[in-house]
Amino acid sequence: MALPETVAGPRRPATPPETAVTRRPRRRGGRAGYWLYLLPGAVLFVLVIGAPLMGTVYFSLTKWSGVGDPTFIGLDNYRHLLEDEVFWTSFRNTLAMIVAMVVVPTLVGLVLAAVLFDVVGRRFRPRTAAALRAAFYLPQVLPVVVAGIVWGWILRPDGAFNGLLDAVGLGALRHDWLGDPKTALPSVMAVMIWVQIGYPVVVFMAALQRVDPELYEAAEVDGAGWFHRFRAITLAQIRPETFVVALTCTIAALKVFGPVFALTRGGPENATNVPSYFAYYTFFKKLQVGYGSAISTVLTLIIIVVAVVFIWMQNRSERQDRGV
Amino acid sequence: MAVTLTPAGSTARRPRPARDRHHRGVSRWVVLALVTLGALVMLVPFAFMLLNAFKSPGDYSTGGPLSWPSEFYTKGLRTYWSEVDFPLKLWNSTLIAGSVAVLGVVVSLLNAYALGIGRVRGRLWIVGLFLLANMLPQEALIYPLYDAAKQVGLYNTRLAVIIIFTVIQSAFGTYLLASVLSTFPRSLLEAAALDGASRWTVLWRVVFPNLRPTLAVLLIFFFIWTWNEFLIPLVMLIDNSTQTIPVALASLQGDRLMDAPTTNAGSLISLVPAILFFLIFQRTLARGITAGAEK
Repeated sequence: MALPETVAGPRRPATPPETAVTRRPRRRGGRAGYWLYLLPGAVLFVLVIGAPLMGTVYFSLTKWSGVGDPTFIGLDNYRHLLEDEVFWTSFRNTLAMIVAMVVVPTLVGLVLAAVLFDVVGRRFRPRTAAALRAAFYLPQVLPVVVAGIVWGWILRPDGAFNGLLDAVGLGALRHDWLGDPKTALPSVMAVMIWVQIGYPVVVFMAALQRVDPELYEAAEVDGAGWFHRFRAITLAQIRPETFVVALTCTIAALKVFGPVFALTRGGPENATNVPSYFAYYTFFKKLQVGYGSAISTVLTLIIIVVAVVFIWMQNRSERQDRGV
Repeated sequence: MAVTLTPAGSTARRPRPARDRHHRGVSRWVVLALVTLGALVMLVPFAFMLLNAFKSPGDYSTGGPLSWPSEFYTKGLRTYWSEVDFPLKLWNSTLIAGSVAVLGVVVSLLNAYALGIGRVRGRLWIVGLFLLANMLPQEALIYPLYDAAKQVGLYNTRLAVIIIFTVIQSAFGTYLLASVLSTFPRSLLEAAALDGASRWTVLWRVVFPNLRPTLAVLLIFFFIWTWNEFLIPLVMLIDNSTQTIPVALASLQGDRLMDAPTTNAGSLISLVPAILFFLIFQRTLARGITAGAEK
């Protein structure tokens, strides 16, 4: 949610504070004393994140049902994974989730935020813009599983969506939206767009408040139209936030679990299966702990690579900005 | 924060002729209508849910999902309320999310104090580690945690979930607070040190009061995030006496096919607390999200 650069950025010139330290009277304990404050957090971190992560990587090299002792089998699980149709399907579906949770919300969010901020906020009352923003943001604060259950009912054969189609005279389109492998994935994608859209809207609207209004005025005096200003000023000015939104949403798309659990349980015929649900199912329903661990490990590696690439791209684009 | 700038800006600009033309234009009304339509579409699922939460099953099967309820039927709500023992679920969710929020903020603050103010050696790597931990899929931790919880007798306890989420949330909190504290005014710290204040005193008398608004935002975020969590509570809490609100609804949905009015009644009850938080904390939340994204 926060800019990765913020940590490194302001701290990089580490020399001035260093000299300040030497001048300070409280030199006795040096900086070592601060380690004590890190101790509780570090112990908890190792117990709850470090050790379990290592455990998962180790289990991924074993065959284990969760009872008795794991049998070490080397890389067999990973070999098996490469030939597993469901594994590839689940990652293909992740791409669909990226479209539904990153690409569409970011693009629509940019336009919506600009319109709400620029047109509604300025030419009507800001309060109107805030109320509309709240409507878009509401799904973001709800337990996503509960929202998923409501949507699951809406898209059921006897649910509200088919009822709506009937009511507007499109009854011929009635369908078992989540039960048909052809429509299940697009339906889940639609729900995810609904869930996700509010996040970019809120972040981008806040980012726009940072932009100097004089830029827009100058552009308007020069005769630039709304779309031109949107492209030349808005997009350029809020690029850092766009990076953050794209990164956090991509990670969320790679990890998505709750909505799939509530809507389809990965079905029908794996049409909506995703890696995290696939891993959960393998752990707790098929009791193949080793194989589930291999899925989780691959997912973890992909997430780390994506995050590193994003942060690298962001740093590079910032350096270019400074160079210009 | 620049939140208050908008109204002042728009009034100041109003006299300009160029603006005035736009102000009277039809296009802005078209835009407003389109955006409002979009916002209404976002709210349609809630309307569907409300409409059907107060309908009897018989009413639903004859009238369908869009009909107006023929009577104000509250038995579905009452059945769900008592069948899942909703007050207990509410307490479980509140206890877990509340404990995690408080403990998570405390752990984040202690970590960030060492990293942001103490500037301990290797802090960039440590902060990077916390950031990475925040991105990990929970599937990469869940089985060893489940296994360990069973061995130490914490399986199916709320304490296990509290401990786990305290650490997961504080990974984000540490990252955020460390970057906030790295810009903390050194003069304040030095003044306190000259007065002979110990590190512990500086933390609670100087750093903590200055950081209070940020900590409040973090507290609310931790609470809502934990409240909405699903996978770990689903795996760890298998009992009616320990489950949280989302897990209770999901497991009832999984057990047998719930009829539509009960599904809607259960969802409505389960969403009410979250909607209340949203209304109460709307401003703080909007500000907090930007605090996260700001440079």
